[in-house]
Amino acid sequence: MDESIVDQIVSSSPQGPRAIVETERLTVQFGRQTILKDVSISIPRGQTVAIIGESGCGKTMLLKSIVGLLRPTSGRVRFDGQDINLLNDQDMTAMRKRFGFVFQNAALFDSMTIHQNVEFPLKQHGVPKGKQANRLIIDRLAEVGLPSNVMPKKPAQLSGGMRKRVGLARALILEPDLLLYDEPTTGLDPIMSDIINELMLRTRKRYPVTSVIVTHDMHSARKVADRIVMLHPFSRLKPGESQVLFDDVPEMLDKTRDRRVKQFVHGEAGERLMEMLVTKNEGDLETPNLYDSIRRNETDGE
Amino acid sequence: MATDPYLHNDTLKSRMMTGLGRVTNAWGGVAVQGILTLGDISLFTFQMLRWMVTARPKRETLLPNFYSVGVLSLPVVALTGTFIGMVLAIQSFHQFKSIGMETRLGAVINMSLVRELGPVLAATMLAGRVGSAMAAVIGTMRVTEQIDALISMGANPIHYLVVPRFLACVLLIPALTVMADFMGIVGGYFYSVIVLGIDHAQYLRNSRDFVGTFDLFSGVFKSFFFGAVIAIVSCYRGFHCQPGADGVGRAATAAFVQSFVMILALDIVLNLFLDAIYFAIWPSGAKLF
Repeated sequence: MDESIVDQIVSSSPQGPRAIVETERLTVQFGRQTILKDVSISIPRGQTVAIIGESGCGKTMLLKSIVGLLRPTSGRVRFDGQDINLLNDQDMTAMRKRFGFVFQNAALFDSMTIHQNVEFPLKQHGVPKGKQANRLIIDRLAEVGLPSNVMPKKPAQLSGGMRKRVGLARALILEPDLLLYDEPTTGLDPIMSDIINELMLRTRKRYPVTSVIVTHDMHSARKVADRIVMLHPFSRLKPGESQVLFDDVPEMLDKTRDRRVKQFVHGEAGERLMEMLVTKNEGDLETPNLYDSIRRNETDGE
Repeated sequence: MATDPYLHNDTLKSRMMTGLGRVTNAWGGVAVQGILTLGDISLFTFQMLRWMVTARPKRETLLPNFYSVGVLSLPVVALTGTFIGMVLAIQSFHQFKSIGMETRLGAVINMSLVRELGPVLAATMLAGRVGSAMAAVIGTMRVTEQIDALISMGANPIHYLVVPRFLACVLLIPALTVMADFMGIVGGYFYSVIVLGIDHAQYLRNSRDFVGTFDLFSGVFKSFFFGAVIAIVSCYRGFHCQPGADGVGRAATAAFVQSFVMILALDIVLNLFLDAIYFAIWPSGAKLF
């Protein structure tokens, strides 16, 4: 990531490097299941943060709590200093104008054309209208590399990569202050994944936007983010341990001593595979041969 | 080996108590879940009514729903209405003929249609054709995060998705009911007069003498409530859809089944209410319920 751009955005901001998004002891529970517990993260204006972690660690829940799609069990989410869970409907709607959300599977409205999908936030907030709106839609689609002839098509007629780019165009249409990406490269081929990465970088260059990216894709996280936050599933934590295992610049990922972070970054199953192979009855193995071979390898390694 | 009778009794008692506990627990769970669902539906309805009066729905959300509920349901409602009118004629003819009252067939067919079969049939067709589709569409939007997308862009999903569907159902079901009534009357007339050869003038006179404005009103009045129930139950099921294709399928099925049960239950209550009103206005009339 080009550090000068970050500095430029941060220094040009009238409010300086003050946090635009803050979570304070955020806890999310569903019944007896705890997904997030006391997660506190502060994201300065203009920064791009990648939130990584294994499936089920609560990354998407964190993202949805930030945008107010999910009401936390306890704790606070502040956007520009305001607790979003204390806002009334009208203020919340006004605040959402400042958010852009790129969903995992784009979440385009099936019943609408691409033009209507990208136009939706403009209509919702009443700005701008007519030819000006049309020009804006064409420009946003062009920014994500889509020609204007896709506009009359329905989302089902586009490929996965194109749908994601339409989702990005829709999120950008109101020039939001905060852009949230939920697994933007998941399910795409390596070339399309890199195109999406480049688009995220270009978006960052064009607009003074703060970005939060939830991803499993380490290549994407390293390429796009200024900072990486790694969450760990609450159920796997030791007592008193923080759910945030890592919170630093991407370069520090290779220097970390935490085994779990290393394991995730290098994509190694380690003891997790053995845990999965052992059934409820202790010692009763589903596939003993595989288990034995892993144990032998580990013994050999020692 | 001798067994201790006290120990045996204790075990039996303990087993019975455990069994009773399990049954109580299971039924208690069902009751609690039922109360929670009822509370949830009431809140959902309240939110919908609040949005209906506080913000005007947009034209582009209203028109497609009005078209789907009103225009696209018309052929199937008209067709089934015609068939029901004819079936009533077939079923009643021989019994009425055996007592020499076949000319009264018009009164029976038309009264049954306008008071009961027309509104219930129109509502059933609407629940099957539109209600399950509503649940499936909203359910799919729920599982594919389209509802989250709506919220994230500042739109309220109840205002955007539920209010137009509710208005379409409530405002257009009376028209569908009138259509079902009309086509049923035409079907009954066709079969009775053209096929069975009942005297045309007597058939019409008896129909006119026995079927009054209040009968027609009661059918149309009930249909408003049926439309409201279909929209609320179907949208609620869609909003609470479980993930996956199975979840969407279940939501669509539940929307139809629950709407249908609610329509019939509501029909009893509304008939009792309308009957009470009828006898308050015309005390000399014969009591039906």
